[in-house]
Amino acid sequence: MRVTVIDYKAGNLTSVLKALRHLGAEVEVTDSDAALVECAERIVLPGVGHFAATERLDATGLTTAIRAAIGRGVPFLGICVGMQWLYAGSSEAPERLGLGHFAESCTRFPVCSEKVPHVGWNSLDVREGSQLLAEVERGEFVYFTHSYKAPVTADTAAITQYIEPFSAAVERDNVMGVQFHPEKSGATGLKILRNFLEWEREGAAC
Amino acid sequence: MLTKRIIACLDVHDGRVVKGVQFVDIIDAGDPATQAARHARDGADEIVLLDITATHEGRATLLDTVRRTARELFVPFCVGGGIRTADDAAQVFEAGADKVSVNSAALADPMLIDAIGRSFGAQAVVVAIDARRDPEAADPVRDAQVYVQGGRKLAGRRVVEWAREAEERGAGEILLTSMNSDGMRTGFDCELTAAVSEAVGIPVIASGGAGTVDHFVDVFGRGRADAALAASIFHFGVSSARSLKEELAKAGVAVRLPC
Repeated sequence: MRVTVIDYKAGNLTSVLKALRHLGAEVEVTDSDAALVECAERIVLPGVGHFAATERLDATGLTTAIRAAIGRGVPFLGICVGMQWLYAGSSEAPERLGLGHFAESCTRFPVCSEKVPHVGWNSLDVREGSQLLAEVERGEFVYFTHSYKAPVTADTAAITQYIEPFSAAVERDNVMGVQFHPEKSGATGLKILRNFLEWEREGAAC
Repeated sequence: MLTKRIIACLDVHDGRVVKGVQFVDIIDAGDPATQAARHARDGADEIVLLDITATHEGRATLLDTVRRTARELFVPFCVGGGIRTADDAAQVFEAGADKVSVNSAALADPMLIDAIGRSFGAQAVVVAIDARRDPEAADPVRDAQVYVQGGRKLAGRRVVEWAREAEERGAGEILLTSMNSDGMRTGFDCELTAAVSEAVGIPVIASGGAGTVDHFVDVFGRGRADAALAASIFHFGVSSARSLKEELAKAGVAVRLPC
């Protein structure tokens, strides 16, 4: 399995690459090669850090390339900020547009007595029929570290509760996102990454 | 539900895990990569590797240890000890760490916290604080002092104030070690942990003094800790993360039980 991982200089890629390689994927990394992204077999957009860092995707032409690849049916996985970018935007950087694949926007956890960021292992309430989360049982734990989150909608693949329910995973056809870090979520996380790598791709060749 | 984290800590010297009470009577406790993998398998939520060599020559050995340890580790991995610059941090991240812990270097130059946070995100910066109650002060807890050099030298900062500043500068978590309790196995300093946890909005990891399951129940309750660090109780199979978590679950603490 060949996977194209996009490096947009938002944090550290090492862990994601390591987990994908551990699962037998052949990984290529790019920070600007639009042609490579457009013709990718599978795409992973990692990301820890600030939503504003996604600006680089527009500047390098990768946003357009990703849109084209998604249109061809290429399986796409966004992790953390990479998931949030699939939405219309985030209040973390209101001037920045996301991909808009999901119409809603991401917002910060409301101010309350609980700590923000949400850091640690929290459980998933998986919706039936999710391919990305196939064989993940309700109540399995994954590792989160974030202050902004996506709302629960019809595309939500798993809900997690912290202060309020939010989308821990989102999935519509070939476009998937996880708010947590599968590369840091032990056996459960590896199972989810494996599901992504084995997600049957359809659609035209490049 | 967000669970309380149990973090396994490995003190590493010249590429080997070591254990000693307050840095004396050091005993060899194995290979870091093997130990980290075992703790993760046993249900530890995170692994912290603290390099106590902290010499210039030791840096290459440390990076090699980090690389070997990270290779097959799929839980959060934090590395501390001897990180003095953002470049040091970058090397440790490149070797496979997810977070770095900074201590005396951040006290000497607080901008280090800002610098690492800017490049790698707040979630990657843990500020470690070695704290000792001030018995002379009107309020020994509120006025607890920060120490450097393994607890031998006063840093001239109050613990609670320094924790707040670290948060403002972009730290993602505080790792609070009570020098009074460290290695004593008489329990965490719950009052001090609660004082820091209430003063900041970021997670606080309690460290120093773990000896029994009740100590953990106490620090998660009264101590308001978000996570707790355990070193000596996990070595030589004395108590595994799994058995500790099973006991904690029975006591009503929300923990992630390994499958």
